[in-house]
Amino acid sequence: MSNAAAAKTQSRKKSKKNSQLKEVWRRFRKNKSAMVGLVILVIFALAAIFADLIVPYERAIEQNGSVRLQGPSSEHWFGTDAFGRDTFARIIHGSRVSLSIGFAAVGISLIIGGFLGAAAGYYGGRTDNIIMRIMDVFTCVPGILLALAIVAALGSSMTNLLIAITIANIPGFVRLVRSSILTVVENDFIEAARSYGAKDFRIIVKYILPNAMGPIIVQATMGIAGMILSASGLSYMGMGIQPPRPEWGAMLSEAKDYMRTAPYLLLFPGFAILISALCFNLVGDGLRDALDPKLKD
Amino acid sequence: MSALIETKDLKKYFKVSNGYLHAVDGVNIAIDEGKTLGVVGESGCGKSTLGRAVLRLHEPTSGEIYYKGENIMAYDKAKMRELRREMQIIFQDPYSSINPRMSVQEIIAEPLIINKMFKTRAEVFDRVAELMDTVGLAERLSGAYPHELDGGRRQRIGVARALSLNPKFIVCDEPVSALDVSIQAQILNLLMDLQDELGLTYMFITHDLSVVKHISTEIAVMYLGMCIERAPSKELFKNPKHPYTRALLSAIPIPNVEMRNKKIEVIKGEVTSPVNPKPGCRFAPRCPHATEACTAETPEFREISPGHFCACPFAQ
Repeated sequence: MSNAAAAKTQSRKKSKKNSQLKEVWRRFRKNKSAMVGLVILVIFALAAIFADLIVPYERAIEQNGSVRLQGPSSEHWFGTDAFGRDTFARIIHGSRVSLSIGFAAVGISLIIGGFLGAAAGYYGGRTDNIIMRIMDVFTCVPGILLALAIVAALGSSMTNLLIAITIANIPGFVRLVRSSILTVVENDFIEAARSYGAKDFRIIVKYILPNAMGPIIVQATMGIAGMILSASGLSYMGMGIQPPRPEWGAMLSEAKDYMRTAPYLLLFPGFAILISALCFNLVGDGLRDALDPKLKD
Repeated sequence: MSALIETKDLKKYFKVSNGYLHAVDGVNIAIDEGKTLGVVGESGCGKSTLGRAVLRLHEPTSGEIYYKGENIMAYDKAKMRELRREMQIIFQDPYSSINPRMSVQEIIAEPLIINKMFKTRAEVFDRVAELMDTVGLAERLSGAYPHELDGGRRQRIGVARALSLNPKFIVCDEPVSALDVSIQAQILNLLMDLQDELGLTYMFITHDLSVVKHISTEIAVMYLGMCIERAPSKELFKNPKHPYTRALLSAIPIPNVEMRNKKIEVIKGEVTSPVNPKPGCRFAPRCPHATEACTAETPEFREISPGHFCACPFAQ
């Protein structure tokens, strides 16, 4: 091959890795609903990060009996709760806890569950049996009860809450990843990869997981909403975030006592959870489509 | 002449709920360098399993495989990985044999990257371009994904991938049976050209007799996991000895009006189960010439004329 041609191929190949990411991003951008979801999530994330600049933390925790249970006004945008705390401030500061728990719990359980499920589905036989039977032990205890027991044993703190929710959610991911992998493993290209000497790790990461990703991404993004809710449930039972620290789920459960007299108390944290869950789903759907070369353009 | 690859009493059993499925049961084959062994037989007779067992993609239950005179059954994982560079496989279904998430050039580059054949990425992709040229894939397709290509092009990717490591021996596992006829011919000619150019040795698995006649120097006929007849290609077509081979060959349609009334030897019955087979000739329950001796013990796979082996005791 001539020098010029060689140089040309070289420059073409160098940009390849970048261009693949760029390609995914290009396809993702075309998906309007996914972009809307992403923008809203970014706004939520920024609000969580810069919460102190938007509204001081004191407003979220200071009790003020003179302004309890007020409707939305210019002074208190989302009204005040039974202790006279500003609901807007509580939602902004609550997003820190709720979003990070949702994200971290899904992330960690996805990684651990993903690898266990991949190993079970790929190796089969005894490995599969051992992993899946252990997971059965976990699944036979209701998730929330399991989380409750873990928090009760470890003590209630944000980290322990996270550990509890993560462990309770791992079996679901293991099952899902295992079953999606079982459908991919049958393909000849796995055997082909083995025939030219690919090692198991490479086969799992480069051949199996990319082809099994669709349902996993959907489950993960839906899971975020679920995990925010289970964190709320635990907080409600006093096993999660300790009051007066604001958290969306805890706010919901406090608000339900005033549902008839002050429905806005229920509405705003409810909307916060709903919108973030919806946006995560939209982004997840968009991501799944963008990663699939078959759906190009 | 010593064979490039040879199997001795190769067996592969699969455990099933009610016993063992004898997919490959004591097969002896030998392929000389640069030659093609066609393996024919009906669906489920163990052809593909034999191909995979020879490469140790399915670990054989017992038996020996000699490659260049060395018993590769004794090789450990690392050594086997080395050897895989010299032994490759082309798969039947071009739709499931290539990773849909990789582009054409990535697919062909994978074996090169895994086996660290080149130091730089540029060298790898130069080699990919060369391979694509060899198998007749246009350069503009290098960034395409498999789903954008038709079956013939996909199979060319499979061929390029198998060639990438400069193998000596390639198992072709029905490489054309999933393609339509015009493309079958293209791929077959490609494989034969490559054999001439690169001196490849093929084990060509198929159930299509016209294909096997076209490409093989020697043919092995399998029935229920056993090799029942093996002979040079011309000899086998001219002078089939085993009753099963005869029935198989008579079933080839002949495009000639005069032959319309020719009697076809139709074999009766169905293939018996390969799970826990009875001793004796596997074909005996369907064979018109079977005697009691046939079901008593497994007939010897003997040489009836130079180079012509047959497992029927009545074959002369």
